[in-house]
Amino acid sequence: MPWYRRTYDWLERRLQLEGPIKDAVLHPVPKSTASWWYVFGSASAVLLVLQVVTGILLALVYSPSASHAWNILQVLNQQVPLGWFLRAMHGWGSNFMVAVVVIHMAQVFLFGAYKFPRELTWIIGVFLLLLTLGMAFTGQVLRFDQDAYWGLAIGASILGRVPWIGGQLVHLMLGGPIINGATLTRFFALHVFILPGTLLVLTVLHVWMVVKLGINEWPMPGRLVRRETYIQEYNELAHKDGLPFFPGAAWKDAYFAAAILLAVAICAAIFGPYGPTGTPDPTVINTVPRPDPPFLWIYTVLSYLPPEMETPFLLIVPPIAIAVLLGLPFVAGVGEKSWWRRPVAVFTVMFLAVCWASFTHLATSTPWSPKMNAWSGSPIPTAFLEHRTPLERQGANVFQEKQCRNCHSIGGSGGERGPALDDVATRLTEDQLIRQVLLGGGNMPAYGSTLSPPETTALVRFLNTLHPNYQPAASDASRAVAEQGGVPPASTVEPGNGQHKTQ
Amino acid sequence: MDEKLPPPSPHEQEQLLERDRISRRSFLMNVGLAINAAVGVLLAVPVVAYILGPVMRRREYLTWVDLGDAAKFNPGETKLVSFRNPFTNEWDGETANIPAYVRTAAPGRYTVFAVNCAHLGCPVRWFSESQLFMCPCHGGVYYADGSRASGPPERGLFEYPTKIENGHLLIEAGQMPTLSNRAAVRPCGEQSQPTLVKRIAPCPGTDEPTIG
Ligand code: FES
Repeated sequence: MPWYRRTYDWLERRLQLEGPIKDAVLHPVPKSTASWWYVFGSASAVLLVLQVVTGILLALVYSPSASHAWNILQVLNQQVPLGWFLRAMHGWGSNFMVAVVVIHMAQVFLFGAYKFPRELTWIIGVFLLLLTLGMAFTGQVLRFDQDAYWGLAIGASILGRVPWIGGQLVHLMLGGPIINGATLTRFFALHVFILPGTLLVLTVLHVWMVVKLGINEWPMPGRLVRRETYIQEYNELAHKDGLPFFPGAAWKDAYFAAAILLAVAICAAIFGPYGPTGTPDPTVINTVPRPDPPFLWIYTVLSYLPPEMETPFLLIVPPIAIAVLLGLPFVAGVGEKSWWRRPVAVFTVMFLAVCWASFTHLATSTPWSPKMNAWSGSPIPTAFLEHRTPLERQGANVFQEKQCRNCHSIGGSGGERGPALDDVATRLTEDQLIRQVLLGGGNMPAYGSTLSPPETTALVRFLNTLHPNYQPAASDASRAVAEQGGVPPASTVEPGNGQHKTQ
Repeated sequence: MDEKLPPPSPHEQEQLLERDRISRRSFLMNVGLAINAAVGVLLAVPVVAYILGPVMRRREYLTWVDLGDAAKFNPGETKLVSFRNPFTNEWDGETANIPAYVRTAAPGRYTVFAVNCAHLGCPVRWFSESQLFMCPCHGGVYYADGSRASGPPERGLFEYPTKIENGHLLIEAGQMPTLSNRAAVRPCGEQSQPTLVKRIAPCPGTDEPTIG
């Protein structure tokens, strides 16, 4: 007997693991489950292992001290050999893990795999999703930079909206009354011990149940799940028309796992590590905090919610969403599994996917946010200044100086918070412009107290020139009447010439 | 592998358990469990108290902080200042430097705003030209007096309580302002608010602080 065989036997006689492991990997599964659609669960587990390994490697250098963490990240990025790469792997691994977990969930949902007898597997899966998101958020905090600091401020402000105990919750979360060293150490404990510990335990349970209850068969329209007969039907499928999980189905998992790890590594090598952005110094207020990719959609939702709805939405919707997910297998635990017969399920997934994609996309351009430097950084295109009177040009000056540009674009540059003003004169008459500028309204601040009368006049004169050549500025017909002593002009419309402004 | 110990069959296990069900041993086992439960509860008390520590010491965090000579704030200006949080540890680093805006509406009349947006806490920026505070996160905008101008915030900027002592401007600080610390909606007195700032802004013309 060769030496390795003898070693193996020596170990096996003591560990006795061969039997259970063989049972687990060789158990028969329905042939239909050997599909590329079934690789996302194992990929999530592989990514979890990657995160644990890279996380431990980063912990060799990292220190959860508010006064040092940021500098240590710089050291990791610049000085520790390949430190940047491990940070990048951990960061991109996190993005991939969130994505793969969500895809896995959508697939399980569409394939009806949450139905009897796999209800608990689904429920634990919901918690695994929440833990994964929790890991993503706490991980963003450990990258203790500006985004982390203000992300914490946003988190605390959301908690602060909880009635009665909001203040206590904020202090519990921050470890004190402000974001400081105590906050970082708490999030370190969460990110490194509490959440991953729970995550690993639940993952083991989740996989255990998959092995015990069998991998969900490929759903067939008309093959209904009944509590009385399902187990028997499944066993028949698995044994009569089945194959051992290993290697029958597992080779695809292996290929995909390798591909996804490679994808993480390539992204890490090409795009590099996340930040850190500026130091976590709250006195540096010239910052534009952005959440990490998994949370960009929330950022959009928070911007578009009407103020009155915000607190109820923030406090009521997440619990409801979680309750819906947890309740799903109890409400729809039996019956049709196939997506061909579950149009509502399919449309729900499509709807959520489209919402998620468009919200995330919006969050990359943030049209709701004023462009803080447009007033000084984006000059008015000369086309808008040619052939203008000195007063109108002075108005253009006021327009820039009073930061109108931060919210309104002209010639395609400037903020998008308010409407573009390239042709505002065709929409508002001079009087309406004056009123809008001085009194605001419709989400625009009132400038009555910041503009002197000459500034207002100049500004409005300039705005009044903003109309295309082929379309005249809007005018108030009654003005012309008043100017002519109450006598209406014969006609304001000259044939072939269109409307023109009557001065 | 025939040297392995055969595990007791389920039947054997049942029998063994049955034999022990009512016996001195099972009684001792139950007492043992009870003792462990009692010790567990006993240990849980300090653990929970430890975790809730930051919550229970709430009000001690606030204290009066000196922002320096009040004369250096020019009337009509709004100035960004920063102070060291009153209770901090060395390892808090830069996070203990807290910014604030001091507005001097008229000689001797100071209002100190937290930089944290009343929406979700992002740092608002002051634009003296347009006399507005703008928030970089979700587009909240405030007027110079801190009242809400537009965007998602549902109230005006948070204000620190202020006082003047020996010519120095002092504020009561030490806590990150959120809607939970004394941000309750209070009805304003006689003067009704202008419609533009009608939301939950602090009452105009009063010095009522909105940070607890
Ligand atoms: S945090 Fe300022 S608008 Fe949301």
